[in-house]
Amino acid sequence: MSTVLVFLEAKSGEPTRISLEALAAGAQIAAATGAALAAAMVGAATGAGFGMLGAAEQVFAIEDPLLAAYTADGFTASYAQLIAQVKPEFVVLPHTYQVRDFAPRLATRLGRVLISDVTGIAMDAGKVTLTRQLFQGKLNGQYHAVVGSPTLLSVQAGAFRAEAAAATQASVTTFTPNLDAASIRTKPGEPFRAAAQTVDLASAPLLVSVGRGIKDEANLPLVKELAEALGAELAASRPICDAGWLPMERQVGSSGQTVAPKLYLAVGISGAIQHLVGMKGSQCVVAINKDENAPIFEIADYGIVGDLFEVVPALTAAVRKAKG
Amino acid sequence: MKIIVAIKQVPERDARIRIDSAGKWIALDEIEFRMNESDAYALEEALLLKEAQGGEVVVLSAGPERVGQTIREALAKGADRGIHIASDRLGEYDALGVARLMAAAIADEQADLILTGLQSDDLGLGQTGVILAELLGIPHSSLILKIEKTEVGIRVLRELEDGWFQHIEMTTPALLTIQSGNTRLRYATLMGIKKARSKDLRVIEADALGVDAARCVSLDSVMLPSRQKTTQMLTGTPAEAAAALVEKLQQEVRVL
Ligand SMILES: Cc1cc2nc3c(=O)[nH]c(=O)nc-3n(C[C@H](O)[C@H](O)[C@H](O)COP(=O)(O)OP(=O)(O)OC[C@H]3O[C@@H](n4cnc5c(N)ncnc54)[C@H](O)[C@@H]3O)c2cc1C
Ligand SMILES: Nc1ncnc2c1ncn2[C@@H]1O[C@H](COP(=O)(O)O)[C@@H](O)[C@H]1O
Repeated sequence: MSTVLVFLEAKSGEPTRISLEALAAGAQIAAATGAALAAAMVGAATGAGFGMLGAAEQVFAIEDPLLAAYTADGFTASYAQLIAQVKPEFVVLPHTYQVRDFAPRLATRLGRVLISDVTGIAMDAGKVTLTRQLFQGKLNGQYHAVVGSPTLLSVQAGAFRAEAAAATQASVTTFTPNLDAASIRTKPGEPFRAAAQTVDLASAPLLVSVGRGIKDEANLPLVKELAEALGAELAASRPICDAGWLPMERQVGSSGQTVAPKLYLAVGISGAIQHLVGMKGSQCVVAINKDENAPIFEIADYGIVGDLFEVVPALTAAVRKAKG
Repeated sequence: MKIIVAIKQVPERDARIRIDSAGKWIALDEIEFRMNESDAYALEEALLLKEAQGGEVVVLSAGPERVGQTIREALAKGADRGIHIASDRLGEYDALGVARLMAAAIADEQADLILTGLQSDDLGLGQTGVILAELLGIPHSSLILKIEKTEVGIRVLRELEDGWFQHIEMTTPALLTIQSGNTRLRYATLMGIKKARSKDLRVIEADALGVDAARCVSLDSVMLPSRQKTTQMLTGTPAEAAAALVEKLQQEVRVL
């Protein structure tokens, strides 16, 4: 019987949300291909987190002191060894920064190519079509894996519903990879946070967020005035913070803050996935963009297609008028 | 230090995206091309290291003839020489195929460091660099913001999720994939542009590298994404659209 093997990531012993989404994606493939679903996670088999993996019939606890801190060499070698034992048809991973780091190496070691950041899976007569974004979300591409196995894919955060996984009783097996310290060529340091936060974007009810459409630092007062009129905090996409126009603590997205305000007003932001993951929990998204095909409109409740240099001042005036 | 920087030429950021008649890629006529964003930062890191440590910066790019302009741009900014893997059919290779071409083209270079961008702005695979490291049998780190030389190798600053960072120490030779945004990019000077014309740019035909173009994965078609939400578009003049939005914010969203 063929197997779909899902590799999960844990935080404090529990699988992360995106890992459970990957498990759901794996369950979808297993159901459609009649394969068995297996999961694997680094940690001791006795860990509480392994009880959560009910959708998988078999769970592997990958245990080795050399895996205590993540390294690409350690993870690639261990995962490749487990894959050699299980011989899965499909390998599914969550598309995290860690997976981005080692999964292409893992695929190469197996003579395969990872299909990364998958947002959709369609199955038709045994042929699996995988959708992923191109041009920072402006286009979708449909891929398939050419003959050979396994097919490796990583799934985008939020693309699959973690709840979709049904629970069955799993048996947990310890897998001890054959690793030697000399084969791990990088020495990772302890993770640390940059500066202390002075603004709490996560608790702000209203956010006006500015992107590269603003063109120049000198134009920032335009959005600052709008934020003031609304009584909103100012947030930004990454390029604005990279340029030093606003401090990094105002950056929304996968490498910045995650926010979920009542109103998120995106001005001149295209809507790349790394930005969207930080704000798509907002109750109401408004987008102002000159490009009617900008991906931000895919998740916006209200949209204005137009030049922000005309729309934003008009909006500031209208807000002021409404507030009296 | 000898540093190789992989730079990809991609459609310009604000390029109008139209799907070609075969439905397999975007129409490339009327499109302007530029250096991939994170690759420009990789080049900048390489030039900074060279200025501090001495050494050589070699730029490497695979693609059709027009890619030569992007290589010249890198040479004008200060890279010492260029290698162009020439192919009009690069789209027929998958990421492993492209990485194999690159590995073959630099097999004799013995570089200390290979830098690539984190991901390309068109395909967005985020893989080619990491695959290349595995093919070359050297360690790598991805999402790198800063590189320092140490006695035994290098120490790099890696970006993690949610505003976390980490230092990683590694030996060389090594491959790093560089994240955008950590430094200011330099402009090419007039002097640089003049000098670039006489710098060595070696063109290698992809077909001469003996790499099998057989793919593991194939991109079958491209399409515009469908909307997940039904967005209410507010139209009219800027003042009309603004007034309509304020009304929505008052009546429906209730935040005003
Ligand atoms: C690993 C990784 C992590 C990342 N982390 C983050 C993150 O945490 N946060 C983040 O934001 N990004 C992050 N990014 C970057 C992300 O991929 C995008 O590059 C970035 O979000 C783009 O920012 P933007 O939308 O402001 O700029 P662009 O993509 O350049 O978009 C500018 C938009 O402005 C519009 N525009 C231009 N002029 C006007 C005008 N006059 N009027 C109206 N509209 C106009 C354009 O149509 C365009 O849609 C990350 C990337 C990677 C690879
Ligand atoms: N055709 C190419 N020529 C040179 N470098 C490339 C090419 N394709 C990819 N790269 C490098 O690999 C990085 C990652 O690309 P990708 O895997 O497509 O996201 C890019 O930022 C480049 O540095």
